[in-house]
Amino acid sequence: MDVIIDALPYLWEGLKVTVYIFVIAIILGFIIGLIMALLRLSPIKILNWIAKIFIDAIRGTPILVQLFFIYFGLNALEFISLDRETAGIITVAVNAGAYFAEIIRAGIQSMDKGQTEAARSLGLTSTQNMRYIILPQAFRRMLPTFTNQAIISLKDTSLLSVIGIADLTQQGQIAIAATFKAFEIWLVVGVMYFIMIYLLSLLSSFLERRFELR
Amino acid sequence: MTMIDVKNLKKSFGKLEVLKDITVEIKEKEVVCVIGASGSGKSTFLRCLNRLEDITDGHVIIDGQDITANDANINIIRQEVGMVFQQFNLFPHKTVIENIILAPMKARGITKDEATKTARELLAKVGLAEKADSYPGSLSGGQKQRVAIARALAMNPKVMLFDEPTSALDPEMVGDVLEVMKQLAKEGMTMVVVTHEMGFAREVSDRVLFIDEGLIAEQNVPDELFNNPQNERTQAFLSKVL
Ligand SMILES: Nc1ncnc2c1ncn2[C@@H]1O[C@H](COP(=O)(O)OP(=O)(O)OP(=O)(O)O)[C@@H](O)[C@H]1O
Ligand SMILES: [Mg+2]
Repeated sequence: MDVIIDALPYLWEGLKVTVYIFVIAIILGFIIGLIMALLRLSPIKILNWIAKIFIDAIRGTPILVQLFFIYFGLNALEFISLDRETAGIITVAVNAGAYFAEIIRAGIQSMDKGQTEAARSLGLTSTQNMRYIILPQAFRRMLPTFTNQAIISLKDTSLLSVIGIADLTQQGQIAIAATFKAFEIWLVVGVMYFIMIYLLSLLSSFLERRFELR
Repeated sequence: MTMIDVKNLKKSFGKLEVLKDITVEIKEKEVVCVIGASGSGKSTFLRCLNRLEDITDGHVIIDGQDITANDANINIIRQEVGMVFQQFNLFPHKTVIENIILAPMKARGITKDEATKTARELLAKVGLAEKADSYPGSLSGGQKQRVAIARALAMNPKVMLFDEPTSALDPEMVGDVLEVMKQLAKEGMTMVVVTHEMGFAREVSDRVLFIDEGLIAEQNVPDELFNNPQNERTQAFLSKVL
């Protein structure tokens, strides 16, 4: 017990970093995903291709390689200098963005065409149709899939410890170096991740009930 | 005065030529019913009138505006052409009143108060004043279709297009919807109605178009067309549906 109490200040610092990185990355990732999904569905071929290449490249490579590419690879270029946290946030955001893009694209495409036709026949523009008719309905349907991706991204943040970000996983290692109690510390770290993920799914089912399709 | 002027309209989907050469003039306040076999191109014709389908060739002129012109602002034109669909296509995430006020507010820039006032009047007119705050999911088919009509009317259009508005309804719901449409016709709305309701076509329309294989095979006042069809194909079609 004492071990855990000694370790808690370390883990608490790490938890804050993990939450901070996760929240920013997931918001950015969502924005990236929305933009990429709209480009992917755009009638303009070149935009289409840009989105497709982005999505395929991210989905076709391991996130650890993406992290190394962004942190070590991009930083090797003279005109770029990213600190660890920025590189970590970008990696998780871009990675989640590619998956969000596919989720959003599929959600939009699964909408009944009659909805768009009704909106357009009333004189709404295609942007207004997206904003007021298609996206609000599509998002409600996508909520469970969004949650899944958010949970994966939260877990992915633990990889950021390899470039020395002081997240929960990294702080766990530091706490072990100080206490030599690997079993207890990793158990507590695991429980902390579990609680965060549990809270995420609670939030998701709350939102699902709140926005239940009528 | 001509409200809808269709000149040599052609529409193909890839190799499939659906509308071959349609020319027809529809006057202001006229009620025109369009009949024909399944797959003959009735819906396609209607959807060309507000450019829900891209027109392959020819011209469609609504109230003097060529909607096929390159510089035509289709969003502005569509505000003047209401459309009612077989499947209602109400917005399920919005209440009845929100369904109705959305386009007047966003497309016409009318204030919410004003749009709501008009919407309530229209709901009363279609007999659904008490449903303003319901969601479409809780309405019957006939109620949904009347909301859809009110939604289209809220834009105060010059023309109303109906694509088989009663085909998805239980028989006992059909009457209410037709009643609303009759009322609209009486008030002088220019209407184009694709329908299988021959009774409605007979009673309400000024003219009936029979579309066959992408052409208007025959058109006439309803009494003549139904009682004394000239074209063999019209005769064959009517003998099947009447
Ligand atoms: N988007 C499309 N792409 C390809 N073919 C289409 C498309 N829409 C319609 N068609 C074809 O065009 C023809 C005419 O269709 P349309 O829907 O206009 O017929 P309709 O007269 O309304 O028939 P119904 O009475 O069954 O509604 C049909 O052969 C149909 O398969
Ligand atoms: Mg049809």
